[in-house]
Amino acid sequence: MPDNTSGEPMEFFIDMQRCIGCNACEMACAECETNGQESMIHIHYVDRPFSVQTTVQVCMHCEEPACANVCPADAITLGADGIVHTAKTSHCIGCSNCVLACPFGVPKKSDTKELMMKCNMCYDRTSVGKKPMCATVCPSQALYFGTRTEIAEKRPNSIPVNHFGFGNENVKTKVNIMMPKGYSFLKVK
Amino acid sequence: MAMLSGVSLTNEKSYMVGKFARLALKTANLDYNGRLCMVSAGAGNKKAFGLDRSSNSWEDLKHAEVILIAGANVSETFPTLIHYIWEARDHGAKLIVVDPRVTPIARTADIFLPVRPGTDSALFGAMLKVLADNDWLDHEFIEKHTSGFEDTLDAVKDYTLEWAEEITGVPAHRILEAATLWGKAATSFLMHARGIEHHTKGVDNVLGCINLVLATGRIGKPYCGYGTITGQGNGQGGREHGHKCDQLPGNRDITNPEHRQYIAKVWGVEEKEIPGKGLSAFEIIDAIHRDEIKGLISICFNPLVSLPNSNYVRAALEKLEYFVAIDFFLSETAHHADIVMAGSLHEEEEGTVTTAEGRVVRIRAAVTPPGKARKDSDIIMELAKRLGAEDKFTYADSEAVFNELRVASKGGTADYYGITYKKIEDNMGIFWPCPTEDHPGTPRLWEDFQFKTPDGKAHFNPVPYRESAEVPDEQFPVRLTTGRVVSQYLSGTQTRRIGKLVDQSPYPQLEIHPELAAKYGITTGDLVRVHTRRPRLNSRLWLWKPFVPTPYSYPITGAEKWRLTSSPTVRSTPFPKFPNLKPPLVS
Repeated sequence: MPDNTSGEPMEFFIDMQRCIGCNACEMACAECETNGQESMIHIHYVDRPFSVQTTVQVCMHCEEPACANVCPADAITLGADGIVHTAKTSHCIGCSNCVLACPFGVPKKSDTKELMMKCNMCYDRTSVGKKPMCATVCPSQALYFGTRTEIAEKRPNSIPVNHFGFGNENVKTKVNIMMPKGYSFLKVK
Repeated sequence: MAMLSGVSLTNEKSYMVGKFARLALKTANLDYNGRLCMVSAGAGNKKAFGLDRSSNSWEDLKHAEVILIAGANVSETFPTLIHYIWEARDHGAKLIVVDPRVTPIARTADIFLPVRPGTDSALFGAMLKVLADNDWLDHEFIEKHTSGFEDTLDAVKDYTLEWAEEITGVPAHRILEAATLWGKAATSFLMHARGIEHHTKGVDNVLGCINLVLATGRIGKPYCGYGTITGQGNGQGGREHGHKCDQLPGNRDITNPEHRQYIAKVWGVEEKEIPGKGLSAFEIIDAIHRDEIKGLISICFNPLVSLPNSNYVRAALEKLEYFVAIDFFLSETAHHADIVMAGSLHEEEEGTVTTAEGRVVRIRAAVTPPGKARKDSDIIMELAKRLGAEDKFTYADSEAVFNELRVASKGGTADYYGITYKKIEDNMGIFWPCPTEDHPGTPRLWEDFQFKTPDGKAHFNPVPYRESAEVPDEQFPVRLTTGRVVSQYLSGTQTRRIGKLVDQSPYPQLEIHPELAAKYGITTGDLVRVHTRRPRLNSRLWLWKPFVPTPYSYPITGAEKWRLTSSPTVRSTPFPKFPNLKPPLVS
């Protein structure tokens, strides 16, 4: 049974402000057999001695994914639905180009598996209208998966942003970061 | 003989343990791990309202204008509550957080009041004075539905903002800002937890909070509420049905002749067969040391980790002539038992629990106990049989236990009589009190302003400020407090067996303000030894993530991987016999 029957597509909305660092998303992700029981979502403290602020990182699914562009083995593909898939096990040569290229620091090279691994937005779930595991367990709904109409109703004080600037490079992503109203672009220094 | 129990048990099991200790073991000495948890809150609530339950469903939180959270690291200890708080904030609610540490929820607060550990009641007293000075009071409510307001106000008449700043370390202007926000709001919700309750003066702190709620009359109305946040899976229901040393089912008083008579009738015994008030949890340990108690049965309690001064507790357990532990894993405590009975997890038995809101919900048996493990209720029934009380424990299933509990709670303050398994299932849980089967339950208490105190009024209680059991001095100049981490639950009997959770928090960590760390020349990753007035111990304080703030600056949590080698004091308050867990002093 899909989680959404409205016809409007569901998207990923992430609000760092709400993240409480509980690691529930990591635990839920790691329970999945698809990832070999390793979490593909990562919680980080920004500067633990001085703040309990945590950030949560999923694959942002770029419109022009740097990871796929630099892959010499064509292991990473961008689907027609905007999902950037994790490296094909048969193609990946474990070169780590994608790890170095990703502006968000998402792909991780597994030394034991000689394979790049990253979040694919629970493709087995989201492709059939279900929510990704992490968003289903997030107690503060820092990870929210739903329609734009829903998020506008639920979060009247913030706005989804999916344009990012890294130096001179602008990146547009499928995943949205929630920002205070009035912002439309996030410059990363 | 004595018995120790715990409030991670379902309502059914809690009720059975209470009956088992009194009728099969025939002992008065039964107490529970809630003694270390919520008794300060329960005692404060009973003094003020005559009843011990969160006043509202958390649905009311979502539309409160102001939310005040005191001493509750809700992000790490009750993550599911965060969702309600954020929903309120999406609707424009303002959040005030009182905590010595910048917890993840404090980080996002509109007003953060970083109190020195142990000074909370001074803060609440000063806030009450601001409310009165500015006439942000609900005079009609105070007049008609409360008592004790004048005396309570008199107790805080000298508590100026400057005085409060001196005591609490919170800047005066910030206290004023918080009191103003609270005072001017039309709707509000106040919640607190162990941070203000884990003190010898925990009841003072709780009453200080309740006074703020009553002064503004914001209770018993939509989006206006107050409640303490429970600590264990059944922190609410587990403290209502009679496995406390002074309690009978339905939150009845074991010293009250009428209450005793009623329960005797339900249990089919003579009133005199029910023992009187027994020793509390820590007093049981003392009594073992005095050779007054020689046998112990424990279920769902890991006192070696939970109780203060683990060496003292360990020596008591070793001293016992006979010790039976019922547990689903071999806890530190069970290691010292003569006989260990493998019991059940809550996933292995049907039952009900009562949420922090006072909502009775169903728990499902998803799996059966593996190997030779048995359901806790089977073990209790088998023991009762061997002790010659078989006729009192003839339950076919958990629903039969619940149906007896319903009758036993009937007419008590925690009245479950009208709640049935079917009703719970049909309504996503039922809020007690629910006195009759056609009663819908009570999500919001006090809408009729008929409080459960003898005079039917809500009671203000004067809270003159007093120092903690220990205050900093030359020898021990630093305050230590205790906290929790999200990855470990209670004494860790379950969570310390789960690899990924252990990875997150493999051992206790001491957190310390960077300035104080610099003073001692220590840094992240160092092993440190903490000296307190208690013997220096290598106790396993797995769940506690303490920090040492300097007396004059609020702490920002910091260094990790510092092993704590101390133990808090064992000094108890006269009432409600709560050990002084916060704040011991260190050097």
